[in-house]
Amino acid sequence: MTGVLGIEHGAVAYGGRPVLRDLNLTVQTGEVVAILGANGSGKSTMIRAALGLVPLAAGSIQLFGVPQRRFRQWHRIGYVPQRVGAGSGVPATVREVVSAGRLATRGFLRPASSADKQAVSSVIELVGLGERAREPVSTLSGGQQQRTLIARALAGEPDLLVLDEPTAGVDAASQEAFARALERFVAGGGTVILVAHELGPLQPVVTRAVVVQDGVIAHDGPVPQPAGHHAHPEHDHVHPHAPDEEPGLWGTQ
Amino acid sequence: MGYPVIDYLSSPIMQRALLGVIITGLVAPSLGIYLVQRRMSLIGDGIGHIALTGVGLGLLTGGQPVLTAVIVAIAGAVAVELVRSRGRTSGDIALAIMFYGGISGGVFLVGLAPGRSNSNLMAYLFGSPLTTTAEDLIVMAVLGGAVLAVTLGLRPWLFAVCQDEEYAKVSGLPVRLLNILLAIMTAVTVTVAMRAVGLLLVSALMVVPVAAAQLLSRGFAGTMALSVAAGVFSAVAGFFASLQLDTGTGATVVLTAIALFVLLVLLSPVLRRRWKPMATENGEQPEWVLESQ
Repeated sequence: MTGVLGIEHGAVAYGGRPVLRDLNLTVQTGEVVAILGANGSGKSTMIRAALGLVPLAAGSIQLFGVPQRRFRQWHRIGYVPQRVGAGSGVPATVREVVSAGRLATRGFLRPASSADKQAVSSVIELVGLGERAREPVSTLSGGQQQRTLIARALAGEPDLLVLDEPTAGVDAASQEAFARALERFVAGGGTVILVAHELGPLQPVVTRAVVVQDGVIAHDGPVPQPAGHHAHPEHDHVHPHAPDEEPGLWGTQ
Repeated sequence: MGYPVIDYLSSPIMQRALLGVIITGLVAPSLGIYLVQRRMSLIGDGIGHIALTGVGLGLLTGGQPVLTAVIVAIAGAVAVELVRSRGRTSGDIALAIMFYGGISGGVFLVGLAPGRSNSNLMAYLFGSPLTTTAEDLIVMAVLGGAVLAVTLGLRPWLFAVCQDEEYAKVSGLPVRLLNILLAIMTAVTVTVAMRAVGLLLVSALMVVPVAAAQLLSRGFAGTMALSVAAGVFSAVAGFFASLQLDTGTGATVVLTAIALFVLLVLLSPVLRRRWKPMATENGEQPEWVLESQ
């Protein structure tokens, strides 16, 4: 199997309860794949399994043609997790957070080169946060925090961008900035896998949609047309589940 | 009442005590900032409890209490890290048992040791900088230097792991190694601070200077620099205050740090207005648009 991501007969279970069953998915270079589905359908679990954050109960996963267990070129993957609350903990500037995204490329224990610093500056400009680079992330709006995480994923100059609900609860200006950044990334030969509840301004960029329903892939092909009030351009979906869970005494898990 | 500062400093006992307190004020916040970032502010306290068993072992066997304390504290800290990384809900109870077992074990073993005395125990629990020997000071300087080398030298990587552990994993960073290293350095910091502020108060110097610093700072590097400055200031001011007032050094240092924190809480609205004119000027569009019902 070639391609960027390959999942064969993948299955995931949480505490014995199956979440995903007999998953088969191949993503080729240059594709922009949207993984759609309702809350709890297993769509986020699917990409978390692909990245090795959730163990497979059965099946196999390949990244860039290499079995996930032996995969070491993690700098080729830029990951944008679901936004978590940035209001507590020690303050960190936009630049500090984005610089963390360069570490995979930079190498362990290596000091930052001028190319590393330049790469960080240019992705911060790319997502339109140039003037806020030295401000604490916690003072930014939700959309700007999301853009910070996207800049962090792009800082390592990845070949594959994996995004988990990148537009959930994000303001219109940030969605536009995000769509522009994504277009540039794809034009440069990048591959994108994004989990979304709905596509909004991203729809023109997406080349293929995978719909997950009750733990299985229910549709794999062209982007389904939105229906009802979801289709309205002014509609902004507010997620009923809180993105930032209360941390435990030993930190968020 | 007290004597002029210069009189204190002419005594080698005072010089060693002051140096020991300064090393603690320098090292504890530089490590504590990572624990605060991870919202594990109380973990240093737990490791301090566990270290007391090491002290008891040292006193019982006639060995060096500092050596046994650092070994037991490292073992405890690694166990705590394993519990944390598994993320089990029952981990909370496992940690409680480790911490209380640690402090009880320490008191029990000190009781069995020859020539036992409660003042001995008090010295380890609450610190006794005036008993710092030249040899103690060398050990503190070496261990403290090792902690600083890690907390400053590995800052980008430790920051990444403590800020977003899952992201760090997907980046291919050696997350497990960094976590274990941080746990070991927490244990070493506890042992370094044991002589100056005591096992029960060490955690305060890991956390309170960081809490004070982040009232003023905008970024992680800035918070680290300010918290180390706050730690050293509290250590020096608290040390001289305790001599003047004839109070426990550890407790006075910690109260100084807390006083600094409270002062900055009261002043921060004024300071922020002066330093950060940008933060309030640009009105944001609402980011959550709810549909009309």
